[in-house]
Amino acid sequence: MDEPLIAIVGAGVMGTGISTLVVGNGLPVVLVDIEQGALDRATTAINLGLRHAQLTGARPPGTTPGTLRTTLQLSDIADAAVVIEAVTEAPDRKAEVLAAVSALVGPATPIISNTSGIPIDEMAAWVKDPGALIGTHFMNPAYLIPMVEVIRGPRTTDRTVQQVLSTLTRIGRRPVVVRDAPGFVTSRLLHPMINDAARIVGEGTATVEDVDTLMQGCLGHPTGPLRTADLIGIDNLVDALEELHARTGDERCRPSELLLEKVRRGELGRKSGRGFYRYYSEAQS
Amino acid sequence: MTAEHTSASFDTDAVIDRITRFVAEQTSTTPDTDQDLFATGLANSMFAMQLVVFLEQTYAVTVAGPDLQLSNFRTVKSMAALVGRLQAQPAAGSDV
Repeated sequence: MDEPLIAIVGAGVMGTGISTLVVGNGLPVVLVDIEQGALDRATTAINLGLRHAQLTGARPPGTTPGTLRTTLQLSDIADAAVVIEAVTEAPDRKAEVLAAVSALVGPATPIISNTSGIPIDEMAAWVKDPGALIGTHFMNPAYLIPMVEVIRGPRTTDRTVQQVLSTLTRIGRRPVVVRDAPGFVTSRLLHPMINDAARIVGEGTATVEDVDTLMQGCLGHPTGPLRTADLIGIDNLVDALEELHARTGDERCRPSELLLEKVRRGELGRKSGRGFYRYYSEAQS
Repeated sequence: MTAEHTSASFDTDAVIDRITRFVAEQTSTTPDTDQDLFATGLANSMFAMQLVVFLEQTYAVTVAGPDLQLSNFRTVKSMAALVGRLQAQPAAGSDV
């Protein structure tokens, strides 16, 4: 096989989007989940995502997509050149999966944890070779957004950094490497801001639409913070805020009542068809 | 090319009306039929795919290959023309 196999563990929103990005750039992917239903949904979403990437010119024209294999067997990642772990942002889940991944792959195979804020060095305790572990924070949808935050843990080796940067460049991303800290750069800035935006709506200062419109029109935000919340997934956002709050003590990171209420109602954003906004999607057909 | 040239039974006005209503529902703004939805900020790259899915499901067409480009979705009129053209064609494969 000429092209390096990329293993992606976790077929949720991020694992699906990253799989779309990788196959869309011509590399083969093995996508693992513990649930067949998640893999089936991911396969549909990846095909839709490839079309979306083509529509918006986000995918190199004329590239034959790499092969996508889905599996319930984690052991199928053994031959991967790089593993990307993209399971739920819950430390227990990440610990279990990273330990299992690290027991299966070859020595020094880079293991990327895709996280919006869990410090890489906390996760390094769970793998055999902490030097091979590195973090990424892909934005959603990963196949449309050209930039990726890369987090180098204090023990991450130069070799791991170089291999991962070269893989990201190969799939058309522009990486920016930052040091390890809760929330790194983007989540540390964005998540409390979205949380405040929800508070502003909850307090009745302005409507959802007006908050987003002001952030777009006055401050140059591309979509507005509440549309961004819908894109992230409000449940994932709440998880990430709780992780940030636990590690920084910053009260701005304590999930606001409106976000918690949205999660209780199952209004999780784009993926559920409704969050702060309503969405027309294939899910409604 | 307009839809009337390719399909006599195709009701362009009805399609334009239906697409306009969809965009209005989704964006809370009723667009002019010639308005560039992307240039005027009514649509973004995420909404673009919702437009594709909406047209495919509403009109039982498949937008694939070279048709899958933003220029076909810029205005209500261009979308209606695409639907007219695709409905006039025999069903093609749905590969990207």
